[in-house]
Amino acid sequence: MKRRTLQVWLLGFLLLAVGPASAVLEVTVTEGVTGAIPVAVTPFAWEGPGSASEDVGQIVGANLVRSGLFDVLARERLPQAPDGPDGFLAERWAAVGAEYLVTGRMRPEEDRVLIEFHVFDVLANQRLGGFRIPVPAEMLRRGAHRVSDIVYEQITGDKGAFSARIAYVGVTGQGDERRFTLEVADSDGANPRTLFRSNQPIMSPEWAPDGRDLVYVSFENRRSEVFRHNVETGARSRLAGFSGINSAPTWSPDGKRLALSLSRDGTPNIYVMDLESGGLTQVTRSNSIDTEPAWSPDGEVLYFTSDRAGSPQIYQMRLPSGTAQRLTFEGSSAGAATVSPDGKSLVYVQGGEGGLRLARLDLETRRVTLLTRGRYDKSPSFAPNGSMIIYSTTDRGRGILGSVSRDGRVHQRLAARSGEVREPAWSPL
Amino acid sequence: MNATIRWGLVLLMAGLLAACAQPKRDLTETERQAMEVAAAEAEAAEQARREAEARGLGVDRDLRADPLDDPQSPLAERLVYFDFDRDTVRSEFIPMLEAHSRYLSQNPGARLRLEGHTDERGTREYNLALGERRAQAVRRIMNLNGARDTQLDVVSYGEEMPVAFTQTEESWARNRRVELVYDVRR
Repeated sequence: MKRRTLQVWLLGFLLLAVGPASAVLEVTVTEGVTGAIPVAVTPFAWEGPGSASEDVGQIVGANLVRSGLFDVLARERLPQAPDGPDGFLAERWAAVGAEYLVTGRMRPEEDRVLIEFHVFDVLANQRLGGFRIPVPAEMLRRGAHRVSDIVYEQITGDKGAFSARIAYVGVTGQGDERRFTLEVADSDGANPRTLFRSNQPIMSPEWAPDGRDLVYVSFENRRSEVFRHNVETGARSRLAGFSGINSAPTWSPDGKRLALSLSRDGTPNIYVMDLESGGLTQVTRSNSIDTEPAWSPDGEVLYFTSDRAGSPQIYQMRLPSGTAQRLTFEGSSAGAATVSPDGKSLVYVQGGEGGLRLARLDLETRRVTLLTRGRYDKSPSFAPNGSMIIYSTTDRGRGILGSVSRDGRVHQRLAARSGEVREPAWSPL
Repeated sequence: MNATIRWGLVLLMAGLLAACAQPKRDLTETERQAMEVAAAEAEAAEQARREAEARGLGVDRDLRADPLDDPQSPLAERLVYFDFDRDTVRSEFIPMLEAHSRYLSQNPGARLRLEGHTDERGTREYNLALGERRAQAVRRIMNLNGARDTQLDVVSYGEEMPVAFTQTEESWARNRRVELVYDVRR
């Protein structure tokens, strides 16, 4: 962690052209790490008329706690914060037990707010860095997530993923009153926006690598079809409506192709669609179920689920169309693989006596580690920094989201205040 | 629908039709014929209702006797259930599927949608494929028994449309199903 001079981060924010929210998520950390790092985050002073629209210090603190790696000190225990880079007295912060200090202030400038903040290493008695972030005034909350990303990176050395968003499917009502929505929210569940509503099921949302589009499966025409939906403009088009099922779409890392599972020729096989020409290349040719494709970060390997050996298991295939190699042998079934951003491991759903749980497969050592202990843990999606996996689970029969750190030690739940939520997909950064 | 209400609606519609038409012009020949046909049909329905009541049958029965509506017929059965992660049609469902196949071969205009479903134990996209495989297994049996391919539509909903919501073997068994849905009945 090196000392830095004052830096200016310019942020490009995306405006979401979307409707009002329906499924607001509430986050609870259910299991953290013992020996989490104690951090003090002061309230960010507002240097303008009135008061700030968001409590940025509080949002940053909550994000750090949510990562499971940090303990944030209660505000009433904090001594007076320094205004700026100077006046930092390490012993005062050490006395309250803080190992790191984050302090900041905000100044409105026309339609922007300038957030300035500093990160101090209390034990080393030094400033790690100072930063200035201009954000559109109405996006102060997203500014707070960017601050969190930088603080996280300053302290841990790894990129933060707090400013990434999550897409998920919301379900309300029962029977003929069941309604399905496609939602996009901040990583902490705040600011949910409904992109699409239907009285027919919605499945399998996945982000484009540029974070501007989603692909998903909608049954609005009484059958599974694949749609592309721009989260900024709301523009929407059908990408696959072949006979049979159209499912499990996932964008290639270069954003130019889509892997998906189609049963147009009788049984579900993996295909790759060129998004510009719409041309299809068939990747697998089996009479079994081949579905749930996932790309390696270099775009050269596809991982997918197949029941060609009897039970569903995960296979890998080098593109364009090599031979499939089986990767999973533990448990009674395996499926829905998601690839870590570094390409070194898969997280997937393992079936066994206890139900469905998430497991991580190290692609080099082939070692398998169980990450969760639920009975219906499904649809895993890696955070763009690889630190956590978000997934679908249930709480007393109700669908909620869970997240688990890559090592399986930190667990959280994200539940909607009403209705069910499922199939989360973490956006790129 | 109760036949008395149906009769009332016909009269109401005929009245409305007449009321709309009158200020502008006399009824066209087609409209007049349509009204006569409607009136005659209503008359026939009412007559049938009286006869049915005389025979002791319920008034809700459509007396043009569609065998699909006969609760005693195997055609009243529209659900095929499956074992976990299997698409094999169990022998107990074969007579029912034979009856539907016969009905389809006798009614070439009829169209049947086969909706495949699964329980929640399995990954979602795999389940979508499994639901399709179950519906296809039902289609093969119906093809062999005389239903034409053009009469059968296979759709899968995977685990997305459960009918039972508890996390028990009983609920899962009810959700692992193919539903037979007549889009066109004859």
